[in-house]
Order: sequence, then C-alpha cells, then structure tokens
Amino acid sequence: MQFRQSPAVRIGASIAIATGLYGISFGALGVASGLTIWQTIALSLLMFTGGSQFAFIGVIAGGGGGAAALGSAALLGMRNAVYGMQLNAMIGPTGWRRLAAAHVTIDESMATASGQSDSIERERGFWVAGIGVFVLWNVFTVAGALLGDAIGDPKAWGLDGAAVAAFLGLLWPRLRAKEPVAIAVACALATVLAVPFVPPGVPILVAAVVAAVWGYVSTGPADEGLEPDVEPHDPDDPRLPRHRHPDATGGDA
Amino acid sequence: MPLWFWILAACVIAFLTKLAGYLVPAKVLSNKRMTRIAGALTIGLLASLTVVNTLASGSQLTLDSRLGALAAAAVALLLRAPFLVVVVVGALAAAALRLAGLP
Repeated sequence: MQFRQSPAVRIGASIAIATGLYGISFGALGVASGLTIWQTIALSLLMFTGGSQFAFIGVIAGGGGGAAALGSAALLGMRNAVYGMQLNAMIGPTGWRRLAAAHVTIDESMATASGQSDSIERERGFWVAGIGVFVLWNVFTVAGALLGDAIGDPKAWGLDGAAVAAFLGLLWPRLRAKEPVAIAVACALATVLAVPFVPPGVPILVAAVVAAVWGYVSTGPADEGLEPDVEPHDPDDPRLPRHRHPDATGGDA
Repeated sequence: MPLWFWILAACVIAFLTKLAGYLVPAKVLSNKRMTRIAGALTIGLLASLTVVNTLASGSQLTLDSRLGALAAAAVALLLRAPFLVVVVVGALAAAALRLAGLP
C-alpha cells in the first residue's frame, strides 16, 4: 500500500492536527499559571505528554510548590510506561529509534497504532501521529504562550475558567463506564476533603493514593482510563467499533 | 529550589517513564494490575485537578466564577464540542460571570 493512501497515515495526521491545535490552550494557560514563556515551551518540548503538562501547571496555578507539581506530573505519566511496553511488542524499535519512539509515546500515538490491524500500518500510524503531534503541539504551545503573555490579566479573560474546562475535557472521554465514573467521584471527594488541611498541590497526591489503591484492588477491565483525548479511529471503518458513541453516525469524516 | 529545577526534573522523569516501557521485560508491566493502577491514576488525577482548579484558592474552598466555567464546559462536552471549543467556552463563561460582578 502507498504511504499516502494508508489509512493509518490519514488517521494519524488528523489526530495530529486536532491534538496539536490545543497546544495553544496549554501555552496560554502555562503563562497564566505563572511560568515564563521559556518554561512553558520547555514542558512541551521535553516533557511532551499533555496530561502531565497540564497537571504541572495546574498545581503551580493553584499555589502548589515545584515538588507537588513534579509528583502529580510523574504519576499522571505512569500510563506511558504501559503504552511503551505495548508499543515495544507491536513495533519493536531499536537503537536511536527506540529513544525517539519513547519520546513520542503518548495517548494519541498509542491509540493510532493499536487501532490498526497489520504491523506496517501500526508502525506508520505510530510515527505519523507521534511526530505529527510533537511538531504541531510545540508550534501551537509557542503561539499560545506568546498570546497568554500579551493579554495581561489572565482572570479578566477567564483563563482560570479555561483551565477548569481543559481538565474536564481531558477527563471526559475516559468516563465511558461505571467504574471510571466511580473512581473520578471518589478522587474528587478526597480532593475536596483534603484541600483545607494540607498545603496546595498535596490534595492531588492524596487523590492519587485513592486512585492507586482502587486500581490495585479493582477487578474491572484493565484498559479504563487509557484512552486518547481525541477519537483515534476512522469513524467510517466498520472494523473498529470500539469507543464509538452509541449514536455516532459517521460518514462526515 | 528554583522552578526550573522541578521542570527539568519532571521532564527527565517523564522521559524515563516512557523509556522504561521499552526496556523492562514485558511480563513486569503486562500484568493487569499495573495497567489498572495506571488507568485509575489517570482518571483520579484528572478528576482531582478539575476539582482543585474549580474550587481551591490556596488552602481554601471558594465558590466563584470558575464553577460557572465548569458547568458551561460540561454542557459543551455533552453537545460533543471539540476540545478547543470546550476550553474557549470555559474561558467565556468565567469572563462573563466576572463581568457581571461575581468573584
């Protein structure tokens, strides 16, 4: 199959555009949280895993310290180790390619690869989504950081409301069954109860303990919570019914 | 410690976490329990971050325009708005409520 006609390349590219674009919200919120433009850019370039980046600036914005920000970013990135293990089995990169593959191991590249059925398509999908998101995410982070720096008072523009919406938007696609909803409610409650009693940033780590214990004793499906932020599958492809909305109509892609 | 230290350290940890998946023997991580913990952590931390950014001001719980932003974002998500639209709706709701005089 030709590279340009490959469905994995098409899906990877559309995911890269959709995900890369919201780098603009990360850039603006990073600066609004109190990071400098360069610090915000460094997170996208070097950390490059959206959930952890938002977690880091979310803790800083709430008045938390660097250690708590590091802790919540590190814990939120744990799922990338699971993806790395699965991708190693699927694609098996060696030498310097392995280092590059590790850096672009994120929700979106994993989902694009695992949505394909043959090995060449998996590899194409992984690299197109991974590198595509990396390039666009960083370009739009710079744009967002410059924008955030230019507009002045972040509260007057509702940027703290934008942060709330961003976290809910990241959480939303992962709440497709009863157990994830129960985990989310339990962790939200633990957070509210902890806020008045511990330093800023620490309530998030309290919630992490609740979640980890829940995961340890759970017997539910093992892939809950491991979904991409943007639908990774071609809505026209009838072989891939997983994660479709019950009333999705398709045909408009 | 300057903030730059924590940023760079968090970036190193993030990369090593990803790399560990490629280096560790498959059976260590393929264990269902590890996968469940990673999944539950992702959900739990995002829920916690949503709550902290909505209700916390330092070590106090406050009700302000951010709660309106949360409600508006939830409506946008129910209507299947794309992520970027959800974020903009959240910002507009908070800005509008503040303009109307709410804290």
